[in-house]
Amino acid sequence: MQHIVSILIENESGALSRVAGLFSARGYNIESLTVAPTDDSSLSRMTLVTSGTDEIVEQILKQLNKLVDVVKLVDLTESAHIEREMMLIKVEAVGESRAEVKRLADIFRGNIIDVTDTTYTVELTGPGERLDAFLQSLSSISIHEVVRSGAMGISRGEKVLGL
Amino acid sequence: MELTGAEILVRCLKEEGVEYLFGYPGGAVLHIYDALYKQEDVKHILVRHEQAATHAADGYARATGQPGVVLVTSGPGATNAVTGIATAYMDSIPMVVITGQVPTHLIGNDAFQECDSIGITRPIVKHNFLVKDVKDLAETIKKAFYVASSGRPGPVVVDVPKDVTAQSFEFSYPKKITMRSYSPVTKGHVGQIKKAVELILSAKKPMVYTGGGVILGNGCQQLREFTQHLGYPITNTLMGLGAYPSTDKQFVGMLGMHGTYEANMAMHHCDVLIAIGARFDDRVTGNLEKFCPDAKIVHIDVDPASIAKTVQVDVPIVGEVADVLESLIKHINESEAKVDTPALEKWWQQIDVWRAQDCLKYDTESALIKPQHAIKRVYEITNGEAYVTSDVGQHQMWAAQYYKFDEPRRWINSGGLGTMGFGLPAAIGVQLAHPDKTVVCVTGESSIQMCIQELATCMQYGLPIKILNLNNGFMGMVRQWQEFFYDKRYSQSVMNVLPDFVALAESYGHVGIRVEKPEDLDAALADAFNKYKDRLVFLDVVTDPDENVYPMVPAGAGLNEMVLV
Repeated sequence: MQHIVSILIENESGALSRVAGLFSARGYNIESLTVAPTDDSSLSRMTLVTSGTDEIVEQILKQLNKLVDVVKLVDLTESAHIEREMMLIKVEAVGESRAEVKRLADIFRGNIIDVTDTTYTVELTGPGERLDAFLQSLSSISIHEVVRSGAMGISRGEKVLGL
Repeated sequence: MELTGAEILVRCLKEEGVEYLFGYPGGAVLHIYDALYKQEDVKHILVRHEQAATHAADGYARATGQPGVVLVTSGPGATNAVTGIATAYMDSIPMVVITGQVPTHLIGNDAFQECDSIGITRPIVKHNFLVKDVKDLAETIKKAFYVASSGRPGPVVVDVPKDVTAQSFEFSYPKKITMRSYSPVTKGHVGQIKKAVELILSAKKPMVYTGGGVILGNGCQQLREFTQHLGYPITNTLMGLGAYPSTDKQFVGMLGMHGTYEANMAMHHCDVLIAIGARFDDRVTGNLEKFCPDAKIVHIDVDPASIAKTVQVDVPIVGEVADVLESLIKHINESEAKVDTPALEKWWQQIDVWRAQDCLKYDTESALIKPQHAIKRVYEITNGEAYVTSDVGQHQMWAAQYYKFDEPRRWINSGGLGTMGFGLPAAIGVQLAHPDKTVVCVTGESSIQMCIQELATCMQYGLPIKILNLNNGFMGMVRQWQEFFYDKRYSQSVMNVLPDFVALAESYGHVGIRVEKPEDLDAALADAFNKYKDRLVFLDVVTDPDENVYPMVPAGAGLNEMVLV
């Protein structure tokens, strides 16, 4: 099963490689990883998507917690949460496909953020499945480039991952 | 008062009460060595290779419980230290390793003697730090000692660029340190402890299985009290020997691949397993699918990640071993439930049947020196009180099997990483820590050659270590596996082109004695331990080349499927 792990980690050089190194050293799977400083510039917030059996995920959480730089973490998948990912996608937009891409972008509530005579660049935000669905809907369109941010997540309600 | 970074570093070590610093100078640490030259509080031990510096510091730490401290230069100094750092990491030994680094403005430029020490050591340290500014230096050293020695201990590397050691800053050493991202658990959860007590007292066939964590956590006194109060059988892992007196009747010997028959059979058949400061290592469990099939398991460990890593347990308790054991004893005393004495008596009868197999017997009539016999005689001549370091291989197993350790921190070996070359430098650290005690390094002709240059260090500091070189002309453990599993194709395990060890030891200024016949062994040992008490003695003992380590749990087998002879 897929798990979304949110991590508060000291914003120090090398912190990211400690996390990445842990996963490669122990043979764990990273499906995506996003990281950026928070409002407190001494902390980074990392969202890591991984998968495995319950036993493996339990070990992953324990091993992450054991890293001296990790301040706190939570497995968002354990309770109600919001997941968002951003995608930038550059597609061919000529003839009939030009209108089709515009229409699909509207349906998926994407924005066309760059235009040339032959291409559109669409920005789309949402849970991973929605981005997948959008990509699928473009099956008859020629895709030039896809950039995805990887998932970010936050708990629903009043639950907070903070100091 | 303003001090240079180098002076600050040395002052920090003094504040930490560091007695010995094991190291080797080089370009990036010249300022530090100059600061060391100008003081007498921290004594520097000059090794002959950086690997030995880490092993010596490691040996010191294992023998004392205090963190071992190492100083090496950048580049090759750091990479040579890597094996020793990994060795300490695998056995959770507290150690602070200071590595020199090229000046900050050169980092990343492929400068002379530059390597990414932080990157290279990251997977083999508990934590590491790069100090970029002299104002952070003292606090970083404080953190390094704190992290290394608290929780589950481990090595910490502090990488210090040369310019940082030249800059000046006001020195003040923090008395205490807290880190928001690091706060190891100390006390066990009371609810879990109560559940454990219930399970422990419900046992009909109990077994206590303890590892190096009991020694690292200074819980040996509590372990003895706990075990003797219950009257349960106890086994120790290779890393845990000495935590419980080996000569006590409740002790059933070491367990695992070369453990005793009674320990492994009792493990396999127990109904409640109490695992304390042990990590269910693959050399202990054998085939996981066949491991302790009928047992409910209590697991006590300071590291949450150790629990349920390989074996799922019924009652996990995270906390410091000593504290949790005290709490367990208290709750057992208060409990209305009592030990099931009739069941326990029956269980002991069964264990005694297994014991009667006498699985550690060996041929005592042989015309060749049996390595087991050599260890046994060393045990006897040292009254079982020596500090014994070992290298890795057959001799290590024999030492573990035939030297009966009654006290913790006496048995010092590389259990996790299995580092050949560990024994002699580790003995240096141990002998420095305990100058008046007998220190024996049990080794073999292959292992000893991996750090033999340290005979010079022993001479420089007058360390009267006794080296017992069980010389069978083979990498014995490799040979044993090739005999069993590769149809006796002894591929590259023959080690019969050897130096004259006696002459070699003498060339360093030590005493060398060669023993070839069983009847000469006792006189040689008497010379080594009595006549040459104050000298390093290299005992080159020629042993039976065909001897194997028994009993043995073959790879993939369960603990109950061990081969006796």
